[in-house]
Amino acid sequence: MLLEVKDLNVYYGAIHALQGISFNVKEGEIVSLIGANGAGKSTTLRALSGLIRPRSGSITFRGEDITLAPAEKIVQLGISHVPEGRKIFAPLTVRENLEMGAYIIKDKSEINRMMERVFLSFPRLRERLSQLGGTLSGGEQQMLATGRGLMNKPTLILLDEPSMGLSPIMVEEIFRIIKEINQEGTSILLVEQNAQMALSVAHRAYVLETGRITLSGPAKEIADNPQVKEAYLGV
Amino acid sequence: MQSVSKPQKPPVIVSPNSFLAWIGKIFLLVIGLFAVYILAINLFDKPYLFAQNVINGIQLGFVYALIALGYTMVYGIVKLINFAHGDVFMVSAFVSFFAVERFALHQWPQRLFPGFNPSLSTVIGTVTTILLSMVICVLLAITIERVAYKPLREAPRIAALITAIGVSFFLEYFGLLNFVFSARYIPYQRPFEVVTWYIKDGIHLVESGVTPPDGAITISNILIIIIFATILVQIFLQYLVRRTKIGIAMRATSFDKPTARLMGIQVDKVISFTFAIGASFAALGGVLYAIAYPSIRTLMGVYPGLKAFVAAVLGGIGSIPGAFVGALIMGQAEAMTSGYISTPMRDAIAFSILILVLLIKPTGIFGEPEKEKA
Repeated sequence: MLLEVKDLNVYYGAIHALQGISFNVKEGEIVSLIGANGAGKSTTLRALSGLIRPRSGSITFRGEDITLAPAEKIVQLGISHVPEGRKIFAPLTVRENLEMGAYIIKDKSEINRMMERVFLSFPRLRERLSQLGGTLSGGEQQMLATGRGLMNKPTLILLDEPSMGLSPIMVEEIFRIIKEINQEGTSILLVEQNAQMALSVAHRAYVLETGRITLSGPAKEIADNPQVKEAYLGV
Repeated sequence: MQSVSKPQKPPVIVSPNSFLAWIGKIFLLVIGLFAVYILAINLFDKPYLFAQNVINGIQLGFVYALIALGYTMVYGIVKLINFAHGDVFMVSAFVSFFAVERFALHQWPQRLFPGFNPSLSTVIGTVTTILLSMVICVLLAITIERVAYKPLREAPRIAALITAIGVSFFLEYFGLLNFVFSARYIPYQRPFEVVTWYIKDGIHLVESGVTPPDGAITISNILIIIIFATILVQIFLQYLVRRTKIGIAMRATSFDKPTARLMGIQVDKVISFTFAIGASFAALGGVLYAIAYPSIRTLMGVYPGLKAFVAAVLGGIGSIPGAFVGALIMGQAEAMTSGYISTPMRDAIAFSILILVLLIKPTGIFGEPEKEKA
């Protein structure tokens, strides 16, 4: 098991944001967390990457307990988090943003190799290398955020709403690349409001409702579930 | 740290069209016209005196720039006005004083190797003295950050600000104790002789005890050293912030700490590093200032510190080029006030500039509108 989350409880002050959720991601999988706004999807990812401390429960990554590990250590273990809203470093150039993505990698030639790899998926970034991150379009920023997340050669990448605010063509493009990244061996935990797209690429999925997991199973089954269809797929 | 335009509105202390802001603008206009009038009269009346004042202003302004960089960098990364910064500057002057006076560190090569070239010995010894002051001030600044500011990282900004004032008072009043630095003015023993030249029909050396003739402009080696040192620091800083991994990480951290952590950047280390860099520049400034104005005392850091803070605000706090430009303006304002109005007026003018900037353009010359985070 690559990632194992057990009985995770997270509070924001008095608000019980995650109420004992358990799920897992296996090596080579795309697992999707779907759910409405405020269900706790982003909170889950923030707890995984160490940005917030869970009150109880456990997170195990490749057999190591990382429940209370700080964010900068979790990156080194091989989890890369592409945050919601892209969070590009606006005053840094595209190149500098990518270099920051590879912050934990010391070897310069390795960084250049990773950058070339990112350009294969996102050729547009090469043209924009010396442009400031804040001047990119929304789609380009998402490319940059995803590319930046790949720069540290993660074993598991956490993608938070990669399709948010993008044109339908761009959404197709991003999801094509997500599949491509996965085929090269990176496991993916995908958080999406666009349940239809998420379920079309994922192997398995969990449905999150107000801090609880209410449904789980292979993505196909979830997509066929009548309740899911009604609530998230708009069928 | 460097400016980039953002769509958010600036946090206006006084809305730009309000009555106070208009008064401020009219006031500024009147003062500005008056200043231009005085300067113009004097420029035509005695150009050499004017040039001398410009030179004095440059010397002050460049020292202020060294201090202002620390204010602006620390503000850029933790949004804190580190009021203890001026006292770090003072500690540096005292460290170099003790190193020279008690241990003759400025002559160590010659003392260790008696046949050593004396001028080379002075150069190496002086550089060693400056480096020692820088190292001690860096350690001091890192300690201050760890002990006083780091525990307040998540606290409201006002708490950290008040703590900074407290740290400043602590350093000042601890230094005032008789067995520490005492409250006296202490004649500073320079590590090297200050050589002065006057410019009138060519450049001549000023012999000791001889006043330069009327109409001459005097310059000194310490002026030249201050200018060179500050320019070197600026170049180094630009290189650091633009080209090195830690420098880019500083800019990333200053923009967005949680995302910086997601990159694996150790935010606490980057913050310590920023304090260290700022303190080392202030320390350099402290030694050069003491050599240029060789009388030191425990409260010597208060006014240069506050004026460097005004310089950083004037240039746009958080902006590195802004700190430099602001400091040059402050230096000129102070030298011109001393030269043409009266010396005691210079502090009043310095702080009037602060008030005017806050009233009219709180973001300063190069400042970006502040991004209010949730």
